[in-house]
Amino acid sequence: MPRRGKLSSPSIEREGSPWTGLWAVVAKEMADHMTSARMRILEVLIVLTAAGSVYAAMQVLRETVGEDPFLFLKLFTTAREPLPAFIGFLVFLVPLISIALTFDSINGEFNRRTLSRVLAQPIYRDALLMGKFLGAFFTLALVLTAIWLLIYGLGIVGLGLPPNTEEVARSLLFLVTTIFYGGIWLAVAMVFSIIFRQPATAALASIAVWLFFTVFWGILASLFAQILSPVQIGTLAEVVRQTQVQLALARFSPNTLYAESMIALLQPTVRSTGLLLPFQLEGAVLGAPLPLSQSVLIIWPQFTGLIAITILLFALSYVLFQRQEIRA
Amino acid sequence: MSEYVIETVNLTKKYNGFTAVNNLNLRVQKGEVFGLLGPNGAGKTTTILMLLGLTDPTSGKVTVLGMDPTRQTLSVKSKVGYIPDTVGFYDELTARENLIYIAKLNGLSGPAAYQRIDEVLARVGLLDVGDQRVGTYSRGMRQRLGVADVLLKQPQLIIMDEPTQGLDPERAREFLKMIRSLKEEGITILLSSHLLHQVQIICDRVGLFHRGRMVLEGTVSELGRKVLGRAYRVFVEAQGDPPSILAALEKVPGQVGVIHLGGTRYQIEAESDIRPEVAKAVVQSGAGLLGLEVETQSLDEIYARYFEEVKHAEKG
Repeated sequence: MPRRGKLSSPSIEREGSPWTGLWAVVAKEMADHMTSARMRILEVLIVLTAAGSVYAAMQVLRETVGEDPFLFLKLFTTAREPLPAFIGFLVFLVPLISIALTFDSINGEFNRRTLSRVLAQPIYRDALLMGKFLGAFFTLALVLTAIWLLIYGLGIVGLGLPPNTEEVARSLLFLVTTIFYGGIWLAVAMVFSIIFRQPATAALASIAVWLFFTVFWGILASLFAQILSPVQIGTLAEVVRQTQVQLALARFSPNTLYAESMIALLQPTVRSTGLLLPFQLEGAVLGAPLPLSQSVLIIWPQFTGLIAITILLFALSYVLFQRQEIRA
Repeated sequence: MSEYVIETVNLTKKYNGFTAVNNLNLRVQKGEVFGLLGPNGAGKTTTILMLLGLTDPTSGKVTVLGMDPTRQTLSVKSKVGYIPDTVGFYDELTARENLIYIAKLNGLSGPAAYQRIDEVLARVGLLDVGDQRVGTYSRGMRQRLGVADVLLKQPQLIIMDEPTQGLDPERAREFLKMIRSLKEEGITILLSSHLLHQVQIICDRVGLFHRGRMVLEGTVSELGRKVLGRAYRVFVEAQGDPPSILAALEKVPGQVGVIHLGGTRYQIEAESDIRPEVAKAVVQSGAGLLGLEVETQSLDEIYARYFEEVKHAEKG
């Protein structure tokens, strides 16, 4: 029996699953992304950079080929002037693709006046928002996986040897990390697409956030570190503390988290993402690669951090969208 | 359970202190066409959104098809079709692709969905342009696609917000015809509009909104009686002595006002159609009856008069 009286009570039970219609939205979003001109431009861009940087890396590797057991991973990290390494490109390209995928996801529906019509269908808002996020996320995953496979193909042909198991495992984890790094920027652009009615404003705001973390956050982190833990007498302890504060602050940036994960995964010799003092290296065989499990252990906080930021941002967009009045 | 398709009890919606809808008691019966009238900002769209569960009421109770839209949202939305005031489609997709998406959201898929889409496209006369991108459609075609869109789910109730706004008279007439044919299928229709003569043509009953309240409700003739004090206006053309004709007309039972419009024309306002009595009175007064015509009340006039009175009352 329906309860009478005020409906504003917080314990309103909703009928049915909030995910009704989710997959219809995901399928439509993915179809839209795959066929959009915007996506084609980005695909061409990323294929060109991947091919270019990997080709350059291969030339370097051919000249210096040694006894490196992780030759394949070098494909991602080796740079030849004037081109940066492939991972250098990714730090720019992944946020760019992600922002391009979602900066008009909600305000675009508003402006086309399709939002009220879609929400008048038997679905909840949850399904629309989640579907839009997942649609973009899967598109991103698809594009990045395709590039990853392309690089593998180029590597096998160009270097003439197959990757070993550990290389495959490491680069797969690298792929997953990259997808979640993209997830953060998808969520950022989505939040702005809910806040701003103009897609151009939302895109600009997302790029501003990205620029802030890419360019300014590093400077600010060192500035804050100097203020928070100043080096007064110049003891080692003070310098170490300041560096640690700076590192901790820098890790608020998803770029730092991603860069650290990437380096630990693709360069098995990396033993720490933080500061290493000589006494901590006692007994270590320098230059010897760590097993995969140890590398994963090093970047575990970074990896979970990336996922956590994505989830937090998505939760924020969720709250904003649920509260938004849909009348235009 | 109520026998009403839509029933609201003291429905109220406030946005940041502003009361958009104030203690609304609306009842719409099965199979009728109900018109929500009122100036922009009177709370029509907010009411519609609450009926669909797209906005939660601040207080009060809504029942649509015997269900509560804030709790049984999915059931309500699967039986109620909504055509927003400016109906939007994905311009880069074809009409058919747009409908496929909506069909999927309604849980329809496969051959059954395609068949249903063909049916509704044929129904609104868009079957042969169904594979064109919606971006190439005219406004009238979009509006018809909007109808196809709500018919997909075989609704029991269709809610239209300003359905004929921006249509040229010919398209608007076609659209009204379509609304009538939907009514004949037994679908209840609630529409909001400020194009009064169109509302008058198709609505069984209307509700007049003003500042979030429904200030008048009933059939158009009931409203006429309430606001104008008369429902009919009879025009007489008679040759003869004006004072004696006026005197004769004033004696006709049922009249509520007689005016000499000049020349041979007179106007009589009445609560019912009193043409026979008027004719008799004119002839008996010895004047020559040249013509007699009746005009039913116009919603435009009711509307104008009502708001004039409101303004007057506010000043005074």
